[in-house]
Amino acid sequence: MDIVSLARFQFAMTTVYHFFFVPFSIGTAFAIAVMESIYVHTKNDVYKKMARFWGNIFLLSFAVGVVTGLIQEFQFGMNWSDYSRFMGDIFGAPLAFEALLSFFMESTFIGLWTFTWNKVKPGLHAFFIWMTSIGSLTSALWILTANSFMQNPVGYTIKNGRAEMTNFFALLKNPQLWFEYGHVVFAALMMGGVIVAGLTGFQMLKAKKQAVSDETKKVYKTSMRFGMCIALIFSVLTIAVGHAQMQYLIKEQPMKFAATEAVYKTTKSPAGLALFGVADQKTHQLKGSVEIPGMLSFMSYNKFSGSIKGMDQINKDLTKKYGKYIAGHRVNYYPPVNTMFWSFRIMVGIGMWVALVSIVTLFLTRKQKETLYNHKWMLWVVALTTFVPFIGNSVGWFVTEFGRYPWTVYGLFTIQQSVSPTVSVASLLTSNIVYFILFTTLAIVMVYLVVKELRKDPANLDDPQLLEKVLDPFDKGAF
Amino acid sequence: MSFFQILWFLLIGVLFAGFFFLDGFDYGVGMAVNTLTSDDAEQSQIIQTIGPVWDANEVWLITAGGAMFASFPFWYATLFSGYYLILLAILCGLILRGVSFEFRAKSDGKLRKAWTKLLGIASAWVPFFLGVMFISMIKGMPIDANGNMHAHFFDYFNWFSIVGGIALMLLTYLHGLNYIALKTVGQMRETAKNFAKALYYVLYVGLIVFALLLIFQTDFFSVHPFGTGITVALIVVFAILAHVALFKDNEVMAFISSGLTMVSLVAMIFVGLFPRVMISSIKPSYDLLINSASSTPYTLTVMTIATVCLLPFILAYTIWAYWIFRKRIAMPTVDKPLEGY
Ligand code: HDD
Ligand code: HEM
Ligand code: HEM
Repeated sequence: MDIVSLARFQFAMTTVYHFFFVPFSIGTAFAIAVMESIYVHTKNDVYKKMARFWGNIFLLSFAVGVVTGLIQEFQFGMNWSDYSRFMGDIFGAPLAFEALLSFFMESTFIGLWTFTWNKVKPGLHAFFIWMTSIGSLTSALWILTANSFMQNPVGYTIKNGRAEMTNFFALLKNPQLWFEYGHVVFAALMMGGVIVAGLTGFQMLKAKKQAVSDETKKVYKTSMRFGMCIALIFSVLTIAVGHAQMQYLIKEQPMKFAATEAVYKTTKSPAGLALFGVADQKTHQLKGSVEIPGMLSFMSYNKFSGSIKGMDQINKDLTKKYGKYIAGHRVNYYPPVNTMFWSFRIMVGIGMWVALVSIVTLFLTRKQKETLYNHKWMLWVVALTTFVPFIGNSVGWFVTEFGRYPWTVYGLFTIQQSVSPTVSVASLLTSNIVYFILFTTLAIVMVYLVVKELRKDPANLDDPQLLEKVLDPFDKGAF
Repeated sequence: MSFFQILWFLLIGVLFAGFFFLDGFDYGVGMAVNTLTSDDAEQSQIIQTIGPVWDANEVWLITAGGAMFASFPFWYATLFSGYYLILLAILCGLILRGVSFEFRAKSDGKLRKAWTKLLGIASAWVPFFLGVMFISMIKGMPIDANGNMHAHFFDYFNWFSIVGGIALMLLTYLHGLNYIALKTVGQMRETAKNFAKALYYVLYVGLIVFALLLIFQTDFFSVHPFGTGITVALIVVFAILAHVALFKDNEVMAFISSGLTMVSLVAMIFVGLFPRVMISSIKPSYDLLINSASSTPYTLTVMTIATVCLLPFILAYTIWAYWIFRKRIAMPTVDKPLEGY
């Protein structure tokens, strides 16, 4: 084992794990903010109960999201110190913005929100969760500014052996950023809806076995439709932006695009879209593929003509441009084709699946006829859909990050150059094992506690009685 | 050295000082959970004092780290890769501590006890290793010409750094006790004060040892005799001030003074380092300097503008949050449980 593979493995493990909870929190915080706003406007108690109930689940996700985020910030220095030296001048500014603008806001207002359910006016309480939500939404923007630079460097010069920022606004105007941000945020918001509706699916299944009060049922049913509405809106938006992002990729990172379609040889025009298949990396062929004729051209250029440049050709071009050796290391420009090909298909499939499930669910839960609740298997389908967006997010990032191979900063800096020169295999192995054990433990506890929260009756979540007299923060004469 | 470089060196100091002032008492309260309380109700009572604010306090550390990456990437790269295993230990502590609040609140029985214990242990663990890191850093580490650190076990752990770790642990503990005295009513308030009164004597011994080691193990007194002298004196003065305030039952004063003790400690480190950011024990010419470790003037300008625009808001809502939670916390009873955690 070498340090590069270990560091890469660690990066993949820790970010994928962080990114289970990040969209979970972004999505549920937003959903809860909407619930509370509806409550404030309509005074419909059901929405307050929903906000409380889902709020508890959100807090669990937030707790794990925060601590795994800490690892992210530290690991650039720990494992990728040469990368940090190279990228620091660029990466620093967005990271500082993220902390100053987003993290402070998020963490302060989540504290206010958690501890003031019945102490402040409902409107103010809703304001707290909106601020938390805005904090997490802007946090994503800043970190993706850094990531977008790595995909498509802009607004810099290379001086003193590092990338130096020359124009901050160019970083913010990076087209890659706005595709990425839209796609990531919509996917996260969609996930919030799916989680609310999907976990409600489990609740409804349970309600089939044991009697629950009408009041409780009402909370469940409202959650189901509410969640699925959000899921529908944002799955459509996710797909739309994803599609645009793909067309953008064809121009900016043709190699990444060709790999997601496993196109080795430049195609004829029009090109067919392979639905399935396995890329043979020796013979450079896609085996056992099933194709829709003309579809790939249509997806790429909005018309049924045009050819797609193949990886073999692109590899030649890139070798000519950047050379066979970079900083003394032999490089090739092929990303892991099968991972790319399948990740992309799974992601797209999941987008379509969520859109489909939400349309059907909304139809089957309409006022006149609530077919969904009478069929166990349908509820199971909805319930199991909860887990699907987690996979979608991870494989989406696989496409983005593996597709950048062999670069960490596209065209400027390779993975080989990025790693910390002084860190030993033993240290890296230790940290990998420690993180792995820690993550497994946290996941087990987290799932256990989420299940425990779900067992509670949302209609009777005893509003914790406050020490109204002693503790009211707006009482005169505190301290 | 340009104006912005010095400004950001100072700002990183300010961020670390803010972190120790604010998150410092969170660690102290965490330690008190295992040492000061006898049952779950008391534990809930003191955890409640930091419940709404600890996360925001920890963001000071995140911001300090982020700002270091942003303004001194070479410092960040050398420090973080050089202190690999120490930082791993700190991270594990921060992770377990960070989740323990929420996990404790949502579990019961044995698990709840376990998370409470863990909260206490992790709260002592983190400041200890932070102390080890900063104190061994000012002693000088084997940094080569490329800014890479090749350190061995005894570079990290020696008398000086261990005393430093323990001192920091003790300082945060005392700060936490003062905070508890300030934020609770009933028995807990008295217990915390009595504990703190006795512990300050231990701290004095620690500080004397630390000052002696500082003279012999670092070049601080020879490089900056005046600045180092003043800041060391401030550490001692604030410690005594806090102690006296405790006897006078002036809890606000005691709390502020114990916070300022740690601020003075951070000030001492930054004054002593100037104009370096890391000291090489191999050769003075290998030291990392403010001048050469920083980002470009352009990046520093962008960040300065951001800070100037955003800081007022951060301070405003932080103060607002503390204002909302300004009441003392009583011990929860069956008919009057606590909200939140
Ligand atoms: C559940 C979440 C989810 C769903 C349903 C989709 N995506 Fe996605 N996708 C992501 C979650 C995601 C992501 C994890 O958020 C990524 C990683 C980086 C990024 O920008 O978004 C991503 C990346 C990503 C990329 C790589 C961008 C790059 O490297 O610059 C492309 C081309 C697409 N997506 C396209 C699509 C299309 C055409 C979809 C249509 C159904 C789709 N995605 C659904
Ligand atoms: C948005 C900020 C992000 C930044 C700045 C970032 C940066 C990096 C860096 C420096 C590496 C190591 C070098 C490399 O292998 O290319 C990497 C690899 C990786 N990242 Fe990201 N990343 C980000 C987000 C994510 C997220 C959210 C995920 C997944 C959920 C992810 C998944 C991966 C994976 C799977 C790898 C390993 C790829 C490989 O080894 O080639 N990244 N990223
Ligand atoms: C790989 C680069 C990343 C770094 C350095 C990083 C850093 C961090 C840090 C330090 C925290 C803790 C904040 C706190 O205590 O409040 C955090 C949490 C968070 N991060 Fe990341 N992160 C990375 C990837 C991402 C990505 C790609 C996103 C979003 C698209 C993201 C969004 C968030 C959010 C929303 C939180 C708040 C916690 C939560 O809601 O669960 N992070 N991150």
